[in-house]
Formats: sequence, C-alpha cells, structure tokens
Amino acid sequence: MSVGEIAHIGRSTSRVDGRLKVTGQAHYAAEYPADDLLYGYIVGSTIATGRIASMDLDAARRFPGVVEIFTHENRGKAAWLDRSWRDEVAPPGRPFRPLQSDRILFDGQPVALIVAETFEVARDAASLVRIAYDVDAHCTELEAKRAEAYVPPKKRSGIPPPPDPRGDAEQAFQDAPVKISRDYRINAEHHNPMEMFATTCVFEGDGKLTIYDKTQGSQNAQGYVTSVFGLRSKDVRLINHYVGGAFGAGLRPQHQLFLAVMASLELERSVRVSLTRAQMFHIGYRPDNYHSVSLAADRDGRLQSIMHDAVASTSHYEDYQEAVVNWSGMMYHCDNVKLTYHLAKLDTATPCDMRAPGAAIGVTALECALDELSYELGIDPLEIRRINFASKDENTNKQFTSKALLECYSEGAAAFGWEKRSPKPRAMKEGRELIGWGVSTGMWDAFLQKAQATATLKVDGTLEVATAASDIGTGTWTILTQIGAEAFGLPLQDVQARIGDSTLPMSPVEGGSWTAASNGSAVQAACDAVKHSLFKHARKMANSPLADASFEDVEVRDRRIFRKDDPARGLSVFEVMHAAELPEITEQGKVSPNLRQMLKYISYTHSAVFAEVRVDEDLGVVRVTRVVCAAAAGKILNPKTARSQILGGVVMGIGMALHEEAMTDHRLGKIMNANLGEYHVPAHADIEDIEVIFVDEKDDKVSPLGVKGLGEIGIVGTASAVANAIFHATGVRVRDFPITIDKILNSPRPS
Amino acid sequence: MNRFEYIRPATVADAIAALNETAARALAGGTNLVDLMKYDVAQPSRLVDINRLPLKSIEITSGGALRIGALVTNTDLAWHPDVREKWPMLSSAILAGASPQLRNAATTGGNLMQRTRCYYFYDPSTACNKRQPGSGCSAIGGVNRIHAILGASDSCIAVHPSDMCVAMAALDASVEVEGPEGKRSIPMSGFHRLPGVEPERDNTLKVGELITSITIPEPDFGPYHTYLKIRDRLSYAFALISVAAALRVKEGIIQDVRIALGGVAHKPWRDSDAERSLKGERAGTQSFAQVADCILRDAKGQGDNDFKIELARRAIVRALEQAAAGTPQDQADKSIH
Ligand SMILES: Cc1cc2nc3c(=O)[nH]c(=O)nc-3n(C[C@H](O)[C@H](O)[C@H](O)COP(=O)(O)OP(=O)(O)OC[C@H]3O[C@@H](n4cnc5c(N)ncnc54)[C@H](O)[C@@H]3O)c2cc1C
Ligand code: SF4
Repeated sequence: MSVGEIAHIGRSTSRVDGRLKVTGQAHYAAEYPADDLLYGYIVGSTIATGRIASMDLDAARRFPGVVEIFTHENRGKAAWLDRSWRDEVAPPGRPFRPLQSDRILFDGQPVALIVAETFEVARDAASLVRIAYDVDAHCTELEAKRAEAYVPPKKRSGIPPPPDPRGDAEQAFQDAPVKISRDYRINAEHHNPMEMFATTCVFEGDGKLTIYDKTQGSQNAQGYVTSVFGLRSKDVRLINHYVGGAFGAGLRPQHQLFLAVMASLELERSVRVSLTRAQMFHIGYRPDNYHSVSLAADRDGRLQSIMHDAVASTSHYEDYQEAVVNWSGMMYHCDNVKLTYHLAKLDTATPCDMRAPGAAIGVTALECALDELSYELGIDPLEIRRINFASKDENTNKQFTSKALLECYSEGAAAFGWEKRSPKPRAMKEGRELIGWGVSTGMWDAFLQKAQATATLKVDGTLEVATAASDIGTGTWTILTQIGAEAFGLPLQDVQARIGDSTLPMSPVEGGSWTAASNGSAVQAACDAVKHSLFKHARKMANSPLADASFEDVEVRDRRIFRKDDPARGLSVFEVMHAAELPEITEQGKVSPNLRQMLKYISYTHSAVFAEVRVDEDLGVVRVTRVVCAAAAGKILNPKTARSQILGGVVMGIGMALHEEAMTDHRLGKIMNANLGEYHVPAHADIEDIEVIFVDEKDDKVSPLGVKGLGEIGIVGTASAVANAIFHATGVRVRDFPITIDKILNSPRPS
Repeated sequence: MNRFEYIRPATVADAIAALNETAARALAGGTNLVDLMKYDVAQPSRLVDINRLPLKSIEITSGGALRIGALVTNTDLAWHPDVREKWPMLSSAILAGASPQLRNAATTGGNLMQRTRCYYFYDPSTACNKRQPGSGCSAIGGVNRIHAILGASDSCIAVHPSDMCVAMAALDASVEVEGPEGKRSIPMSGFHRLPGVEPERDNTLKVGELITSITIPEPDFGPYHTYLKIRDRLSYAFALISVAAALRVKEGIIQDVRIALGGVAHKPWRDSDAERSLKGERAGTQSFAQVADCILRDAKGQGDNDFKIELARRAIVRALEQAAAGTPQDQADKSIH
C-alpha cells in the first residue's frame, strides 16, 4: 500500500510524543537546565485573613547558600494598574499580586520567596522564617455565606450569564401534577495534575528572558509577564512544549510564574520556582457549590417547569464565574424556565476553570433531579430524557449545528443492556451487593476560537506545521501532525509539528475543548495555502504537465503534485521548488468563528452516560463496575486519543461522584487534606469497565474540520449517572457529593 | 526539611549507639519518615540508616513461630511462601495497605513505628499535642473523619494507621527490641499505647532502642480468619475501619476468638473481655452482633467520624461471618462477600 492511500484523519494513532514522554526526553517546565540557576521556595501564609505584623528572616538570611529573600517589603517593581495584571481568561475583579502588601487574603498565600543556590537550601531556610500575624475573622464555609450570595455585577468575558426567564416557571410548577424540589451540593475540587506548577526563567542578558512555564497558554502567560513587568514582547519568549496535565489550573498564570520572573529580573540570574503538592491546593479550584432544582412535569413526563438556582464560591478579590445553570435551560424542551446563578465570597484563592467548568456541576444537579422526577412519575429514567429531547437551544432560540443525542441514548443503551433494567430500586442483587443502573445526559460547548498557524513545505517534501497551541496531555501534538500528514499525503514521520512556544502563530489558551477544532482548522488552512502556492509554482514551470490544470484538478501526495485524473502527469515537490529556486514554501492559515452563522446556529457536544454500581448492603462500599459513555462529538480525528480523553473524563467524573473533596477546617480556614494520600482521586481499583462509543455525527458548520472537541464531555454526566445508579441500587438518595460511605449509611433507608 | 547528620552503621551495636540521642532517628524504608521531614514535622539531628543491618531474614523458629527481621519489606513478608501458608491473615493485612510501590520500600519495623495520619499532625502551623506537646489538639472539633472512636483522650484522638499491626495484634505477636540496656521482648498489646496525657509517645520503645524482629506464634484457627478493610476508596487509602478476626468453632460453638480493630484507636484494638464473652456462644450473626456491641460499648464519635461506630459494628459482624465460613476476604477482590 502506498503512502497515498493512508488516511490519517479518523485513524487511531499513538501519540507522536509518547516515546519522548516515557523515555524522559520530553522536558517539563522544571526540567530545563540553565547556567547558575537559582531556586526559589515559596513560604505560604499560615492564616486565612489578616496582616503580616512582623517577619523574622534573620536565621533564614544567614543560612549558607541563601541569596535573597523577597517579601512584600522588597518585592521587585511591577505594574500598578489591575488591568496590567489581568490575563486573557481573568474574571472581573482585582487579580492577585504575589508579595504585594502585608494583607493576607487566603491560607497559603505566598508571603516570602527564599532564593538560594539549591532547592534543598531554599526549602530548609524556608522552615526558619518566623512570621507574626494580626489575624482577622475569616469565612471559608459556603453554607454560612449562602444568605449573602449575589448576582455578579460584572460578567466574565466568554461566560454567558443565565438566560432571561421564559414562560412562568413558578406558576407552571404550581399547576403541574408531578413535581420535585431538591437541594444538591458538590464539594470543592482541586485539579491536582501530575506535574506541579513550575517556572524556569532563564536570564539571557540583553534584557531578554526565556521562560519555561507550566501553562495552558504560552501567549497568555507571555502577555502577562510583559504586561506585569513592562517588558517588550520581543524580549520575552515563553515555552511550554510539554504539560503534565492541568485540567484548567494552567489557564491563568500561577504565582510561581510571577515570582520566578521577578526574582530573575531583580537578581539578574536564572531562577526556578516550583510549587509543592501542598501548595497546589492554594491556587484555583473548582468552586464549592449548592443547587436548588425544582422540576415539574405532566403525567406523561413532559417537563412543565424547570427552576435551577446555583450558588458558587468565589474569592474576595475576583468574581469568578462559570455557566452553571444555563444547561438546565437547553438540555430539554420546556416552556417555563427560570435560572439564577449567585456567587458568595469566601476567604480563599479565586476558583478557576476545572474540566467542564460549570457543566460538570450544573448538569450533575439537573440530571440527579430529573432522575428523581422520573421515579415520581414512574417513567424509565432514559425514557424521560428522550421524551424531553430539545431540538433547538431554547435559551437562545438557535438551531444546533448537529445533535446526535438520540443516537447516543440508543447506542449507549444497547451497549449497556439498559432494557434489562428492573425499574424498582433495590431490585437487583448479587451476593451481598445491591446493583444499580443509572443514566445521565452530558453536554458541553463545541467552540471555535480564533487561531493561526503556519505550514512549511521543505524542498525534500517534508512538512512542518506550527501554532502556539499547548498539549496538556490531550494529544495536540499528534492530531496536528495527522492533519499535516493528511493534507500532503505524507507518513507521520515526515511531518513535524511545532507547538508550545509563544513565538509561534497566535493561539488561544488550551481549554474549553476547542484546540482540535480551532488550531486544527488553522493548520489545515495553512496546509491548503501551501498547496495553492505549490500549485502556482508548478504550473508556471516550463512545459509543466499541470499547465492546463486548475487547483481542483490536482492532488498532493507522496511528495508529488499530480493530476487526479492522470496521476502520471505531475511533478515532484523537489522539481517544483528547485525550478522556483525556493528552499521551502511557508504559508499562513487562520480561522475565526463564523459570526453570521452564529446568529442562527449554536454547537454543542452531547453524550449519554450509563453507569452500573454495586453497593454493599450493610457496609455502604460502592464499586462502579461498568460505565458506557456514548458521545456525539462531530468528526473524530484520532479515535485512540479521543477515547483516552473520554476515559480520563469518566474517571474524573467517578472521582467527583465518590472521592474528590477538599476537607476544610473552617475554624482555621485551611484545607487539611492537601496531599494526594488524603485528597482522594480514584485509584485503579476504583475503575473497572469503561466503554466509549462515538456515534456518527456529521457537522459541516461547527468548524472547517467538522470537529467538536472531546476534552471535557467525558466528565459531564458521569457523576450524576453514578449517583443515579446508587439510588437505583439502594433506594438511598445522596445529594451531597462526593457520595462517601458515611452519607450512604446515614441516609434514611427506604422502607 | 532541616539539615541532618547521616550515618550508615554496619552492626546493630553501632546503630544502637548512634540512636542513643533524643533527636536521632532510624531510617528504614523512609516512606513515612522522609515525608515527615519534608513537612517539617520530624526534624531529626541524625539519621541512622539501618538498611545495612543484618535484619532482613524471615525464619521459622524451632518452636514453629515466625520470626521476621525488622528490615524485611512488606512485599517480601506478604508474599513469603511460609507466611502465605501459615500466617495468611498477616499476608492479607499487609496487601490491604498502601500500594505495591510503598510496600516494596516499607519495612516491618517501619510499619510498626509509622506515625498517625491525623491531618493536623502533618501541618506544623496547627496546634497538635502529638507534634508539639501542650499546644492543644486541633482535631477535636475539627476535621476528624479518620479519627478514633475508642480509647481517645482529651489530649489526642489520633489513630494508628497500620494494617499489618492489626493482624499482628490478632496473632499475638511480640516485638523484639535491643537497646543500650540490652534486649527485651514486648507483647504486641503492650507495644503501641493509648494517648492519655502523653500523645507524643506512640509506643513504649525507649530512646536508643531498635526493633530487631517480630515473632508470631503459629496460629491454630486454620482457614477461619479474615482481614476486612473498609476505606474511602477501594485501594490506596488508610482504613476507616479494619477488622482482623479469627475463630475456632466446634459443632457450631465458639471455642476461641480473636478480634483486632484498626482505624479506631491509637493502637490496634483488642478487647479480651469481649472476646471471652463470645466463647461458648453459638457462632452466628446474633452472637457476632452482640460481641460487636460489646467491643463498641464505650465508643465515642468526634463529629465527622460518628458514622464509624455503626460502620465498625457492621464490619465486625461481617468479618466474623467471613471467618466463621472459612472464606477470608481476598484483597485482590474489591467486592466484599
Ligand atoms: C501514601 C501512603 C499510603 C499508605 N497507606 C498505608 C495503608 O493503607 N496501610 C498501612 O498500614 N500503611 C500505609 N502506609 C504507611 C506505610 O506502611 C509506612 O510508611 C511504612 O510501613 C513505614 O515503613 P518504612 O520502612 O518506610 O519506615 P520509615 O519511614 O523508614 O520509618 C518510620 C519510622 O520508624 C522508625 N523505624 C524504622 N525502622 C525501625 C526499627 N527497626 N527500629 C526502630 N525504629 C524504626 C523510623 O525511625 C521512623 O520514625 C502508607 C504510606 C503512604 C506514604
Ligand atoms: S488528634 Fe492527636 S495527632 Fe491529631 S491534632 Fe490532636 S493531638 Fe495532634
């Protein structure tokens, strides 16, 4: 088989960077060497609010090997205006400035940076710092602040506020024959990617910096550095070739970036600052949140009223916002809908986006409530979702560019064996375990963002594609390589992708599951432009076999450009470039959302999640023995990496259902389980069968590639499917996540 | 983490001499001690690396007892053929703990000596009587999901986190130690202690003493035993409750019983009165429930951990059912039968 016959798009392809990663050749931010490197260690506040009364740094300063200690008293110069500190994804408010003043805003806030010749010395000296505080009253408990919750006055850019109410949800609720009103809570979660946040700032001299940072957006972080420190853009290059997971925590610049760059500029040396695992709990997190959901239906299960109010935590200095309740207005058809979203200020760091921000919690609450309603109605939980299928987005009155959700329901149900389910709770049992089956719908945005790329065809026929995208473990390296290979009919090894560098063509941060669609489409556009240019040069050649051809008549494959109708008539890439005296051809590609189309259409990814749990009848121990996630996500570029994305999302959803929880001592304003021994995420033993199904979904509008993105849909709906399965198994409804043994044991048993 | 002196003696005598200083610590697998140093909880002046000492063998004594060198790793112990055959409850308890990687590094002596997982103990910015005597106990009235329901004091409500030690308690092990004043043998029941007013003392080992081995007599209950561990995820979490149970039953009547609980107290919990009360009773859910009630008669919750009392009751009953049926819990099987 010739190379020309291999289709790269849609083909299961192993990660092109996989080998580098498993052999340790892929370098992460804290792994780049630099001459005379200094190491910074962050000292965190031990109180939640107040002021620094005094600092005793003498012992630490005297410690051999300590070079400098930065505090609010000697911090290097930085921008004055809040505007200069605001990054691309910052919510409204006053961004946190490390070492700005003696004010303490949250536990663990950086109060000093010890800079030393080795990491060990810096860490040791940090333990000698003594700080006295004037302590103020604090509150870290959302429950206590619920009464003070408010509608954020300034909206976060890119986040749609709840839609205006439609119909009369309250009246319809009153009038409906079957209804429920329930409260849910999902505990705060922390991202905890494997790689800790770190920055290696290389002081190059001549006022230039090369910064290796753990971030989801090299250009966002680079922009932050130039703006905060007043540096010229061309003097600062920021690199994030490999990112060991981030889940949203790397969307905004974290403390260590500022601290490393500040120390480097002040000391005129290269500096590395890494966070410890415990310090990872003092940066952004998925907000703590409460939901009140009221649903009403007629006796046939048709929804008559949906009311969903959510309260989520934010910090005192920023109004972090997500789209939490909006989903409740568009998942299902309903004429009477009222959605409200409030914030409550806590003495914590500002929350930040975490995998499927908003949807992961809002959809969980809605989908549990709908499940409860289905039992009230005596209608199968899958059936009630089908009955209420929404054929357009009723929040905006726009058409979906595609929505193969019904196919997700049917293909997922068939794979799961849903028809064998007995409707009554506590009806299925094996040994000492009660068995339950639950279902949930999932939904996530399918975004297209502005992005640019270049493609360069070399005289030897190999290709390079470049865009400042990031690969946070999602497979960006691989899919961009595939797209380039597909465009030129080349084997993967002849295509080199370049990403993770702020000097490359413009890219948004890696988030929102938009990278494949946006950067992928930009790369494809750049490849097209190169092919056009190649064709132009080919046609101009003396006695060109393509002289009378138009672009549509030709194909580029196997390092040749030739007529589709007569492949023998063509030229090699080498011949064309040689004749044109070109060492290479570079062209740009751009994509941006189609604003005209967006007036009429809107795009989402959908899924149906089916879960089986087994719950010990006496001990309350839960096992999630099977999950089927059927997703409709447009074209699947790489089934292998796509499946991995869904698997990861499902695992995280199981963690949300059963494990993840920041345990805060509200008397102290401190998270007590700030380590991976006690902050539980699923272990291997917690994960059994997960089946991923991609249903066929053609979408010619969502993005030029027809791709929707898959990074987040896997988590949405998983926690609710598991919770619903636990109810079906036990008859016990736990509305407080994570669903731990104590909550199952303490909930009233069904009679 | 502070600076420290590091030495690696070749003989037990040298190690004991080097350890005869309050701030000296033995370093075995390091899986607990090094963490505590990173958190600034342990600040040893001297680390005495004992890994070169000849304490790595597993032997059967002439009396048929198992003698385990203090440096035998948890993995080697759990998979040793003699241990799997004659002390399967011990093997099972070890495999219920930590992760394979940790068990490869963790030693028998280190496991006995591991410190509590109380959240506050690990955070030097909080008050903790165990870490800093007299500073107070933050766990009382705080986050105490994993804390004690039995034997706690007003000074400390921490639990000893080990799984291995729970089985050893049920198996009537003894801890052989050697120190400046010579050798002694401490019965397992007297090794760990309750917090009382001195929670800084986890056990009765004296300054300068080194654990050299653990001896366990051959049990006489055949397949009628189990180790059942209930935790917040199905692997790699400390016990909320664990139960090591063994029975000897003749014609339905209980001849002998041993029940040790983990995750409930400052030491593996055994209650000889309760065990005695079960002797002569007919084995069955009813008598098991009675003995559970008896063991838990003085149990007291601290708020977050109130549920552990009921959970312990149910776990004891289930463990005794498993033991009576001769169907020990298999740690590779995450479903509890
Ligand atoms: C994330 C995590 C999860 C875990 N989960 C579990 C679990 O589920 N169940 C469980 O039982 N355990 C668990 N463990 C604990 C683990 O079993 C212990 O850390 C281990 O057994 C300690 O052994 P070590 O050899 O590494 O001890 P070290 O860390 O080397 O030493 C621990 C202490 O023992 C002292 N010491 C060591 N050897 C001797 C000796 N011969 N004589 C006198 N003193 C000595 C040291 O001075 C030190 O104070 C977990 C640990 C971690 C980090
Ligand atoms: S329970 Fe014990 S270890 Fe925990 S804070 Fe109290 S005194 Fe310290």
